Order: sequence, then C-alpha cells, then structure tokens
Amino acid sequence: MTQTISNKQNRTGLALVSTPLGFSLLLLAVPLTMVILMSFWTQNYLVLEHSFKLDNYIEAWTHPLYQQLMLRSVRISFLVTLATVLLSYPMAYFISFYGGNNKVRWLFLVTIPFWTSYLLRVFLWKVILGYNGVVNSTLDWLGIIEEPLVFILYNSNAVIIALTHAWAPFAILPIFVALEKIDRSYLEAATDLGDGPIRRFLRVTLPLSMPGVVAATLIVFIPTIGDYVTPKLVGGKDGLMIANMIQVQFGKANNAPLGSALAISAMGIVGMISILFVGLNRRWLKKE
Amino acid sequence: MPKSIDAPTNGVIVDLNKVSKYFADVPAVNGVSAQIREGEFFSLLGPSGCGKTTLLRMISGFEQPSSGSITIAGVPMEDVEANERPTNMVFQSYAIFPHLNVEENVAYGLKRLGLSKPEMLKQVNEVLKLVDLSGYNKRPAQTLSGGQRQRVALARALVLKPKVLLLDEPLSALDKKLREQMQIELRHLQRTVGITFILVTHDQEEALIMSDRIAVMLDGKIAQLASPQELYSRPVSKWVASFIGVMNFLQGDLFRDGGDKLSVDAGILGKISLNQEQIPVPVATGPVTIGIRPEMLTVLYDKNSTAEFELNAVIMESDYYGDMTYYTVKVEQSELVLIVSMRNTAGRTVLKEGDKARIGWGSESLVILAESTSSE
Amino acid sequence: MEKAPKYLQIFVVVYLVFLYAPALLLPVFAFNDSTIISFPLSNFTFDWFLGLRNESALHDALGNSLLVALSSAILSTCLGVLASRASARHEFFAKKSIISFLLLPLVLPEIIIAVSLLVVLSQMGFALSLWTVVLGHTLVCMPFSIAILTSAFNNMDQSLEEASFDLGETGWGTFRRVILPLVAPGIVSSLLITFTLSLDEFIIAFFLTGTGATLPVYIWGQLRFPNKLPNVMALGLLLLLFSLLLLSVGEYFRRRTKQMAGTDSFTGD
Repeated sequence: MTQTISNKQNRTGLALVSTPLGFSLLLLAVPLTMVILMSFWTQNYLVLEHSFKLDNYIEAWTHPLYQQLMLRSVRISFLVTLATVLLSYPMAYFISFYGGNNKVRWLFLVTIPFWTSYLLRVFLWKVILGYNGVVNSTLDWLGIIEEPLVFILYNSNAVIIALTHAWAPFAILPIFVALEKIDRSYLEAATDLGDGPIRRFLRVTLPLSMPGVVAATLIVFIPTIGDYVTPKLVGGKDGLMIANMIQVQFGKANNAPLGSALAISAMGIVGMISILFVGLNRRWLKKE
Repeated sequence: MPKSIDAPTNGVIVDLNKVSKYFADVPAVNGVSAQIREGEFFSLLGPSGCGKTTLLRMISGFEQPSSGSITIAGVPMEDVEANERPTNMVFQSYAIFPHLNVEENVAYGLKRLGLSKPEMLKQVNEVLKLVDLSGYNKRPAQTLSGGQRQRVALARALVLKPKVLLLDEPLSALDKKLREQMQIELRHLQRTVGITFILVTHDQEEALIMSDRIAVMLDGKIAQLASPQELYSRPVSKWVASFIGVMNFLQGDLFRDGGDKLSVDAGILGKISLNQEQIPVPVATGPVTIGIRPEMLTVLYDKNSTAEFELNAVIMESDYYGDMTYYTVKVEQSELVLIVSMRNTAGRTVLKEGDKARIGWGSESLVILAESTSSE
Repeated sequence: MEKAPKYLQIFVVVYLVFLYAPALLLPVFAFNDSTIISFPLSNFTFDWFLGLRNESALHDALGNSLLVALSSAILSTCLGVLASRASARHEFFAKKSIISFLLLPLVLPEIIIAVSLLVVLSQMGFALSLWTVVLGHTLVCMPFSIAILTSAFNNMDQSLEEASFDLGETGWGTFRRVILPLVAPGIVSSLLITFTLSLDEFIIAFFLTGTGATLPVYIWGQLRFPNKLPNVMALGLLLLLFSLLLLSVGEYFRRRTKQMAGTDSFTGD
C-alpha cells in the first residue's frame, strides 16, 4: 500500500530527529562550513585576514611538497583499499558460505584483535616490521636472509601494511552482510542452468555482493586519506601523508587557513574519486 | 480505558456513516455505510486490497477516516484515540508481548485500571478459563504455539470487556485443521460472552460458518450486506456470486409473463417463471445473467426419477473430492457447459469422462443477477 | 554444510595470523623482562603491570578517559535512540538526506572532524577541555548508535505497539512497558560499543583536549620514551581484556533478547 506522508507521521518524525539533527548541524555542518570559509582566508603571522582569496589553494596545488604528499596519500589510500577489499572478500565469503552455525563466532574471532588500542596496534607493526623485528628475526633464523630487510619499515610500504590491517573488519563486515543477503537458491539455479563454480561466482555471487564491496571501498578509502597515526609511527620520512601536514599547519606552522585548504582539497579529491567509482560500478552492474 | 457512556443506540453498536479513506488520493475505503448491531457476529469479507482491514483499523482508531464518521455505542469517535475506544483487537500476528508471560500479557490492559492484585488475578484466571488456557499463567510468550497465542490474544482483549471485539484475520496463521476447530470455538465464545465481534477475513467459508451477517467488500465498497444464507442463495451480483462458492452463469432474457409475473427465457433450458425472491435486486426486462449453484443441479441416476426440468448431457470432466464429486458437463446439442456437484453416497458410482447423464433441476433454484458494477 | 576448498582454508589461516599478529605480541612484551621491545625475548615478569600503580599521570588519564567515554556513550545513545526511532517508525520530510547526514561521520576522516571542530571552537573562543572531546566523540559515536538501534527498532513488530494502545495504554506507557524492554538489549550494546570506541579514540582527543589527557593521548606521549614502552604494553593488554569483557557483556545482552523472561510482573514472583 503506498501512502503519502501523513501530517502526524511527519511531525512526530521531525520532532524525534530534530535533536540529533540539531547536534550534527551545530557540530558537523557548521564546522565544515567554517573550514571551507577559513580555507579562503589568509594567515599573516598572528593576524587572520578575512578577505576571500584563492592563495591557499594555489599553494596547496602547486607547491611540490604538498603535491607530493597529496599524490602519495591518494596512492596509499588507493592501494590500502584495494588490498583490504581483496583480502577481506575471501574471508567474508568463507564465513558466509562455510561458517555454518558459527557465523557469529567467526565474526567475533575476526574482530577481536581490533579491540586492541589503535595506537599500540600500529606501534606493534613497527615491532613486527623493524630491523630486529619479528619478520626479520624469523627470516634470519630460517636462513632465508643474511641482512635484515629494510624496505618494510619507515616508508609507504609499512603504512600500507599497517592500514590494510587496521581496516580489515570495516571491509569484512559489509561484504559479509551483502553475501548473507544472497538467496542461495540463485546459486543453485545458476548451477542448474549449467554454470561451473567460477562462472557462477563471476555471474551471480560477485554482482550480487557488489553493494557490500562498494560500501567497504568507501568506508576504507575515504577515511584513509586522513590517517595521522600510522604514517607518523611507521612511515618514516618517506611515508608521511597529508594528514601529518594538516596537523603541522594547524599546530607548529600556525597556518590554519592553509591547513584548511589542504584538508578541503584532500576531501575533494577522495570525494570525486568515490563518486566516479560508484558511477562506474553502477554502469558495470547494469551491463551485466 | 474503554469509555462507558451509555447513549441511546437502538441496538446499533457501530454506526459507519459514509466512511472513506484515501491513501495518496487512492480510495482504500470509499463511502461505506453500515450499522453493526449489538451482540452480533459481523464479518468483513473480501479479497486482499478491498479495504476491509483499513475499515477495521478505522473502527479501532489506528487510522482516521478521510471523510465520513464512525459512532461506537452512540459516541462519535472522531476525537477518541485508539487507547480510549471501547474496542479491543485481536491482531493478525497476535502481537503477544514477547517479554511477558501469559498472565502478564492478559493483565496488560487491566494494570491501568487500578484493581487490587487478587481482583486482577481473578479476572485473568476467569478469562483464561474461558479460552481454555487455565494453568498457563506463567508460560513465557515465546514458548506458545500458534493456537495458544491466538487464545492469549483473545483473552487479553476480552478481559477488558470491550463493547466491540475486532478480529483481523485471526485464523490465517493457523493450519487447516486447527483453523476449522477455532472457527467453531470462536463462534461459541461469541455466543457465550455476548460481545459484538467484527471479523476481517478473505476466507468465504470462514465468514459463512461464523457470522450472523457478512459485508462483502470490493474496491473499498460494500458489494452486499446480508446473512450467510441470503448471501449464498441470493447474491446480488455476478461478482458476489462467484466470490462466494461456485456458480454457473447463463445468459437469458427476462420478460413479463402477462400481469406482473416475470419469467426468463433461458434458451435450451426453457422458459422459467420466477418468484420475487429470485430477483434480489431490481432488473430491467431484456438480457440478464442467470445463476444456478452446482448443488441445485442433479444427476438423475435412476431411469425413473424425474425433475421439473431435464437435460441430456455428456460428462467432460469428473473431479473427486471424497464427500463430493464435481462434474463438468456439456449439454447435448448446445455449447452450454455446466458444473454439477453430487454427494457421494453408498452404492453410487462416480461417473467418468464421456459418460452420458441426465441432469435435472427445479425452477426455484435459479437466481437473476445484476451485472457487476465494479471493475474486474 | 560443505567444506571450504583447500586454498580458501589456507588463505583463512594465513589471514587470521596477519589479523592477530600485533595483538598476540602485546602479551609477549607485556610479560618480557627487558626494556627493549624487540627479539630475542628475555625472562618472564609481572613488573610492568605493578609499575602501572605508580604512574599518577596514567591514573589521571584513565579517570579522564572514563569520564569522556561514559558521557559520550550516554549522549550518543540518547541521540541515537531519537534518530533511529524516527528512522524506523516514521516517514518525514527529507528523511533519507537527514539520516545520511547523521551517518556522515562514519566515512569522514577523523582528522577533518577534529580540525573543523577545532576551528569552530577556537573561533567562538571556547576553551578546549574534556567536554570538547566529549562533543567530538559523541559526533563520531552517534552513527554507530543509530546503526545498532535502528536494527533493534526494526526488529520489533509494529503491531505490538498498536496492541498496547488498543489495550488502553498511553504513548508514554507504551514506550515504558513495551518499547523500552524490547529495545533494551540494543541500548545496552549501543552504550558498550560507543564507550569502547570513545575509550580508544585518539585523533579527536589529541586535537580537542585541553590540559587533561585521555588514555590514548597519554599513550601517545609515552610512545616517545623507549623505557616506558613495556609499561605501555602492559597497559594495552589490560585495556584489551577490559574491552573484550565489555563486548562479551554486550553479546550476552544481545542473546537475551531471544529468550526474554517476564519483566512486567504484577504478582510479584
């Protein structure tokens, strides 16, 4: 039965949602607008000039240091997202299709490590990947390497490994939910109509689980661009990302307008890439 | 808490006056007027989407009419909220509170009346006895079977002694055996407590068995409001006739048989004179639809038995139902196909496809139908 | 249920090792009798745990964190109840946009939230304190509350509310006697999850706190001092165990929904 919104429904609904909405407007919409405004202002030592100028953006987009940081951040976010989704999918698939009666227990098992303090988790990657770390000690003990490997700490690789680890549950859960929603009789129908396991996966399971993959991609990709802790702890000089620079601008450099412009630019870039991704995915699914 | 204002009602407990309900400009209920009498078992019968549930929800107060008015026990219900109305409802899903046990469910509405605990318990036990659930007081709701849930839902509503009990498809979740048993029990219960029951159902058999009166609904309107017997034997339209039971339809020609007597020319079936009862709604002379129930037609097994009217026919299909057999027969020298039902009694052979049979009927078994006014 | 193919089983084992690697090192170094966090290990010790008793800065941070986490959990759950009730039961103007907006912090980088709140608070001349951290945490915890509670409200058969009205109960009475008991497990798990999230949140606390450090901010400070690291490991292990305890309690409440006993008794049994 279709129903237009009745007055009472509308009033009660709006009354209920008004408090959380007011809270979010005040603490999210207003601050974001403020940051956008500020990105057009200029910091002259201790004085904040309130005139509208594009200088911060010009600096953010042309200065080689910021260009390099931005490109690296986008590249790291992209690789982290790719790795996380590719690794999480089979895990989610395993739980959904072979979890039997223990699906909830499996999900618990997968999420337990993530209740370790985030800071310590990242720090411990340093211990694992370091010069005398777990990886190097083990490889040395096995006689595989003579000299400790150094390309796995204090660079973007370390950042990618640590972040791929950090985001795992946020990718596993949405993909799992999407896989759970697939009516198993579709798969039987596909088999019945002559598809082998691989064709069946590509033609039925994967397309139907795409909403979960898209959600996982967005949940991982967008926030990763703003990660501060991981590059700071395991990235060394070559692994720093844009968030570290934003923090510097708001802190030591005392140039909040430039920091704002950097933040808005980063958000704009990941926002555009995300929209593009969602659009492309929709077209691909339609073609199927 | 049900209000107990006693206004003069002339035996009418629920008065529906041109009640309409629009959802997004589409009428779900369209100008329904009906008077439901005190102490009767009243059914709203119709296919899904006919507006019967919406009408029930307007009586209970969960929906407000877009226009028209509802009066219960002489009190206009326009400004009376659902929790203030002298009605209680048995929900389709039963809506048994899962966090409460049987006793707490039944006492849910009583708790607000400020009764003493012993008094409350006494009333709960009385009503549990009424629905045959004595001793189930402490059973958690989650452990009850479908039939038990239904009884708790009944007890929970009846304990408040409503003026009207509303039942929204209360038997649809039960299996066939239990459903048939509950039909009898519900009818019995209604007689015992004497409260007006308004039942919503899509099951015509259920409505026929239980009701004093039935309103058959189609497209938001009442197509016919009558007692079960009247509804079955004298349906007003082709649609009502086919919704309730099975009916053979024939084309005929209505004409005046001299004086004020009406007759119908039914082609190969001959010319039949009619009495007033066979024409439930006024019909103009000329082409009409004639209805005849399968059980009004008889296969004349015995060579010597006769009927007022007779026809020779060939069995085209024979459907065996255990107690009954339904024959689809084709009348000889005609394109006319009829359905005939016969009770399977001892020694009577079930006819097979291709067998010849003599079909008999009486002139009183016909009914003249109005063409359906509604969309089909 | 058929068995997973061999290659998938191997993958799952390897991936689990990857997921558990850092967490498993925590107890290793928390009990290792050496100030250097690396291999090879030396002797077993409890000293790092005992040492935590004398860290007054840690005790302050713990107190701050508990206050912040408790406040954020209660606030975000209250706001979450309102929003998810509206979302699950009512149709209203611009519903989709409003709910999406409320869920936005879920995908926003935390640094953006931290920075923008910092800008506004400093522009308006607000002094940074633990309460500014509470505001920030409530904002990022609310989407989790909404997600948990929306499913709790959706799982409840709407005719239960109608039945309560029909039996004469008022709106408030229905909320108290039917809705609240039935969504209580959702409320408890929302409180526990948001409490745990707030307890571990670093960036927003780092940007928005005044003089009082929360636990993660304290840990961040300690990470610079190598001789403090074993203590931090011991602390991290305790925190992990505490979180797991909270989550188990939450899980217990979630399961209780399915087999709820009477709570509306009037005969006093």
